[in-house]
Amino acid sequence: MIEILASPAFNTIQDLGRHGARGIGVSTSGAMDPVALAAGNALLGNEDDAAGIEIQTFPFRLRFQEDTTFALTGADHVSTLAGLSMRPWWCKRARAGDILAIGTPRRGARVYATFGGGLDVPRVLGSRSTHLRAGFGGLEGRSLQTGDVIPVGKPPREAARRFDFGAAPPDVAIPGAGPRDDGVLRIRVMRAGEYDLFSEAMQARFWSTAWKASARSDRGGYRLTGDKLTLDAPIEMRSHGVVAGVVQVPPAGEPIIQMSDANTAGGYPKMAAVIQADLWRLGQAAPGSFITFRDVSYQDAVAAMAPVNDYLASLRAAADLYRQL
Amino acid sequence: MSINQPSAPLVGAIEKSPKISLIGTLAMLVEAPGEFDLIQQGRIWALADAASSWPNVQEAVIGVTNVMLVFEQPPADIGMLGASIVELWHRLPGRKADGKVIEIPVIYGGELGFDLPAVAKHTGLPAREVIRIHSEGDYTVCAVASSPGFGYLHGLDPRIHMPRKSVPSLNMRAGSVTIGGMQTGVAALSSPNGWNAIGWASVAMFDPQREQPSLMLPGDRVRFRIDRIEL
Repeated sequence: MIEILASPAFNTIQDLGRHGARGIGVSTSGAMDPVALAAGNALLGNEDDAAGIEIQTFPFRLRFQEDTTFALTGADHVSTLAGLSMRPWWCKRARAGDILAIGTPRRGARVYATFGGGLDVPRVLGSRSTHLRAGFGGLEGRSLQTGDVIPVGKPPREAARRFDFGAAPPDVAIPGAGPRDDGVLRIRVMRAGEYDLFSEAMQARFWSTAWKASARSDRGGYRLTGDKLTLDAPIEMRSHGVVAGVVQVPPAGEPIIQMSDANTAGGYPKMAAVIQADLWRLGQAAPGSFITFRDVSYQDAVAAMAPVNDYLASLRAAADLYRQL
Repeated sequence: MSINQPSAPLVGAIEKSPKISLIGTLAMLVEAPGEFDLIQQGRIWALADAASSWPNVQEAVIGVTNVMLVFEQPPADIGMLGASIVELWHRLPGRKADGKVIEIPVIYGGELGFDLPAVAKHTGLPAREVIRIHSEGDYTVCAVASSPGFGYLHGLDPRIHMPRKSVPSLNMRAGSVTIGGMQTGVAALSSPNGWNAIGWASVAMFDPQREQPSLMLPGDRVRFRIDRIEL
């Protein structure tokens, strides 16, 4: 069991999402940075989709009620375990009574705390992810709050072995994945259904603008400001399914990127869709950060997943080996 | 041959194909050509039924005269996949609205149907007439989307169409029976909502613990029954 000592707002239990229930209106939810969550689980020998805590408001503190292995991944942050500083992208064994304190990230937006055996909350419609709007999944369908006590599952067999090691984060390990010196996040997208309805001038504007993720950006979506994208003639779209990463343009002209908690349906013209290989990078963009888009082909988008999958596979292999040394 | 000649096929008989587009590498949107009607919707249901059993299709997500296929892995050949969808579209008979009939007792007007006077004013009909027309309608669930258990219903009488609000109600209660443009629906969650509340029904539209969490499913029929009128 772990006990939450401090959790400001909107920190939730997430796994890799709830798939297969979109058809009854249930959005996927799931970690905004799925690579960080999967990596944290790999460090511990868990399944990739074991449930952890997505921490996006700080400071966050918890107390371990029993000896527990855990890992911290995601945003680059400062944390302490039992008062001693702990590095990000690291796993450790905590002793009963130890307090883990996680401070505001220096870079990135979301820290993931994973635990050997995963958080043992009930699966709802196949997933432990919190669906905040509908109020189910995670812990009673809500954000974590002080005093919550959350059960941890049975750790994998080798959990009794060696811990206290780390991994290079993916934005360091994968070439080109890190932010450039100017701090602008370059995100690769594929053109989507209504791209051609925008004039050439509007298309050029989409690619050339450094879009700012406004303060109204959250797990539901990133609202972008910077310029306006308008259609020569407004069109009426029928409600249709959308996925995380789709870039929609409402009539007011400021794009919205749908994220993990987005509705299952949308009706605005779709300019583009963020490629799967870059969704986790976007998931670490904090409100106020700047984003530019780059056009890639379907083939390039598919190929871009290989370095991400290779990264996770080699991290898991190295962690499995290390625990058995 | 000119199409004016009697032997030429009618232009209207040349069937249009659906529009197919990608939303990233893991989703493909198939949009029916033509108007929003139950014939095209029925063909979408049939296509969704067929596609949902294909390997690599995680889910076929039905929309309003469209379906989004969500893939487990990026399809190897999207051109061939698109071609087989078009072929299937022309070959498949559409599915009728053959689902269950759901009867929803509504308390029309009153505290939770707070937009009824505005709908009456906009349509130029007395409130009782709005209620009569709404409750006599025969509605079809086209799709369940937007929020868990929310059904997009087809069949609202044009006499009681009412534009969505420019400023949404901040917290509309789950169960609110609403009109938005040419559609009607039952709010599944308590949340901000831009549709016009004309009544309320004490029916759980969605319960994740039920074997079938969503009360409404595509192809179901819905009848609203007058439980009480509060004017």
